[in-house]
Amino acid sequence: MAFLSVRNIVKHFDTHTALKNVSIDIEKGELVSILGPSGCGKTTLLRIIAGLETADEGQVIIDGRDCTSLPPSKRNFGIVFQSYALFPHMTVEQNILFGLNQQKNLSKEERKNRCQEVLEMVDLYDQRKKYPAQMSGGQQQRVALARAISLKPAFLLLDEPLSALDAKVRVKLRSEICKIQKRLGITTIMVTHDQEEALTMADKIVVMNNAVVEQIGKPKEIYDVPKTAFVANFIGTMNLYRREQKIYGVRPEIIEITKTGKMREVESWKGVIEEVEFRGALTRVYGKLEDTKETICADIDSARAGSLVLDEQDQVYFNIPKSGIICYPDAQMPERNSL
Amino acid sequence: MKSRHKSIRLRPADITIAVMTLVFVIILICPLFSLFSKAFLDSAGEFAGLGNYIEYFSTPSLSVSVTNTLTVSCAAAVFGTLLGFLYAYGLTRTNIKGKTFFRYVAMIPIFLPTVVHGLGLVYLFGKQGVITGLGCDIGLYGRTGIILSEIIYTFPQSFLMFLIALNYADGRLYEAAESMGCSSLKKFSHITIPSVRYTLINSLFVCFTLAFTDFGAPKVLGGSYNVLATDIYEQVAGQFDMNMGAVVGTLLLIPAVLSFGVDRITTRKNNDGISSKAQPLKIKTSKARDGAFYVICGGIALCLLCIVGVLVMGAFTKYYPYDMGFTLENFNFNPSTGGIQSYMNSLKMSIVTAICGTVFVFVYAYFIERGKCFPVLKNAGRILSSLPLALPGMVIGLSFIFFFNQKNNPLNFVYGTMIILVLANMVHFYSVPFVTASSALKKLDREYENVAESLKVPGWKTFCKVVVPMSLPAVLEIFMYYFMNSMVTVSAVVFLYSARFKVASIAITHMEEAGDIAQAAAMSLLILLINVAVRGIYEICVYKMKKTHKYGGNET
Repeated sequence: MAFLSVRNIVKHFDTHTALKNVSIDIEKGELVSILGPSGCGKTTLLRIIAGLETADEGQVIIDGRDCTSLPPSKRNFGIVFQSYALFPHMTVEQNILFGLNQQKNLSKEERKNRCQEVLEMVDLYDQRKKYPAQMSGGQQQRVALARAISLKPAFLLLDEPLSALDAKVRVKLRSEICKIQKRLGITTIMVTHDQEEALTMADKIVVMNNAVVEQIGKPKEIYDVPKTAFVANFIGTMNLYRREQKIYGVRPEIIEITKTGKMREVESWKGVIEEVEFRGALTRVYGKLEDTKETICADIDSARAGSLVLDEQDQVYFNIPKSGIICYPDAQMPERNSL
Repeated sequence: MKSRHKSIRLRPADITIAVMTLVFVIILICPLFSLFSKAFLDSAGEFAGLGNYIEYFSTPSLSVSVTNTLTVSCAAAVFGTLLGFLYAYGLTRTNIKGKTFFRYVAMIPIFLPTVVHGLGLVYLFGKQGVITGLGCDIGLYGRTGIILSEIIYTFPQSFLMFLIALNYADGRLYEAAESMGCSSLKKFSHITIPSVRYTLINSLFVCFTLAFTDFGAPKVLGGSYNVLATDIYEQVAGQFDMNMGAVVGTLLLIPAVLSFGVDRITTRKNNDGISSKAQPLKIKTSKARDGAFYVICGGIALCLLCIVGVLVMGAFTKYYPYDMGFTLENFNFNPSTGGIQSYMNSLKMSIVTAICGTVFVFVYAYFIERGKCFPVLKNAGRILSSLPLALPGMVIGLSFIFFFNQKNNPLNFVYGTMIILVLANMVHFYSVPFVTASSALKKLDREYENVAESLKVPGWKTFCKVVVPMSLPAVLEIFMYYFMNSMVTVSAVVFLYSARFKVASIAITHMEEAGDIAQAAAMSLLILLINVAVRGIYEICVYKMKKTHKYGGNET
């Protein structure tokens, strides 16, 4: 049985429904990412798992115990918020000791040692006398992480932990969190709206949209075989076409562009280039299909783009291998991803 | 399988907020209810309907005070607002020097009971006043005196409101106007005035209400010119006509309630108008403008300093104006009018009020803003907390007698003790500290309690170790506000003090009545001294706190 399961959770707020019958199972030691656009209910779900919000219906079962109506302090978790929520009038050390000092079964010595241990884990032991305001955002978030694991909780909750940080720091901290998580083997749930974060960090991704779970799976699964058109479009970029009551998806990176058509086993669509966007290693080409007037976008190697000499209004062929086309039953066509 | 989790768990937070709400109802709603029931009963306790009101308005000697009160209040509202605006304008939109000095001088009237404003005027313009002696008799006693005194009283309130409003200026608007070639006058009338229009309305109402309900100045300067506040006192303390007192009390409520309503509306509208993209205004150099404001601000500041000046003169001279020799004898207070004991009583009462008031306000605001308790109780708390803003001191004092003096009231024992004074002050000055507390609490990261709970730290500990230290500046501000106001208040306590426990502000009235104006001046100086000291300590504490990086974290 799963270490942590959430079953049939329903949560209404005054005017809208935040969660409609959501169920998730999380295995021990996994890093699970709850991913979705803002307002999809992912943070509410996290807060219900933490006990900071009460669900209208459903159950939260942690380690075989029904915790649905337990207060947060009885659930044994650590939590890191986007805003760090460090106590600014306490030094780093005092922040860590704030919870530890409440553990009356530990001696003073043990608490100090534990404090040192977690600070060393995030590489900030030499900064322990500083106040949060004297540190960078990344450092503050590491302190928050150290504080969250200081009581050796059974699981760890991360609520958009990296969203307030600069892009560079974010990438660095990603791997740091993963490293610590693996080292402690601690079950971790991370809420994020950043697909790259979810793809790089998580063992398992739960994609949510409009208060429901769209798909649960390993990062590669989610990317390669998105189950719904929403997932396909939310994770990475996907060209979506409606043909005979069905929706077909094509990833831009599998499309090849040639100046002349044909080739077997390949769908070859004629179109006109509308825009060429240089993105570093890749070049994104936006075009319009001749037959249907639908838009298409393709990512090709910048080197290849250079040799092809692509210009706006050029007539080209967009070639798609059959294996790369994903088919969905006709659902509502999601809003086109602008990426 | 479906299960409902809306089980009613009684959390400690729910119990605490429920108890506090109950206390609030007992010390606010119950007394008010007594007041209203008295106003509609006759002296035998029978329902009289509007009978009391008809009687009041058909007594010409009484109803004339309505006209009188309206006259002085309108004058005070207009002049108080005008001077407050000019002074604040000078401090925010010109390049005059010594702005800090001017700002503190403007606050002098807040540090003194309103009777003392009157006393200062007596020294300046009274029968033997300094200025009267120079051959300029303005006929102080009566309307003129009350109006002057109320202007002094309302000026700092209006000034502080405009200071905040004018401090916020969107430089982009002025630059845009400049590029279109608008004259200074046009910029003033089309940008500055509209941007402070709500403050202007608010200030007029607040000043009107303050003057309408003030008791101190008319007591000292009124002479035969009756106003509602002195009427109410006369009816209750002089003729023991409680029902008529209650009638006047309800009349005093009218402008206060109106002003309260206006404040609600304007606050909401004001919030809409502030753009986060506003650029700070660059004040241009203009010798003429600065010169004019040196004259205006300097003049006003000089007047206020004169009041303090004559008090000092009066307090340290042997027998003004006949023997101008220096003496400390006036500080040897005559016990019959209260003596030094009344000063000690005031200190004691103010400290107790400040402690109890701060604790109550802050804890209550905490549960309302951040507590995990029933939303119904939170909303009830919000409504209760804004009510005292609409209650003049005299109304509170009067309702307190009606309620606590009932024979069958189990709380009857507080009557005539310090406790009732403390309770009255707590209610009277409640609303401003509540706003201070709740806005400070709203600024704190809303996850602090959640983090603490995940760390298994109990809620009360988080409150003491995180919330209170983080809100220390606000807590100190509340403490100071309660202390200073309790030191100077006259209106609420005038009905409630007992011979056993007289406070300094009342003692000053009595000294003045007994003709000991030198002692009254001396006592006023002592009050001024302690209030300036408390304010000074507060400023130093806040300054030091701001300098440490501890509080720098969340402020940007």
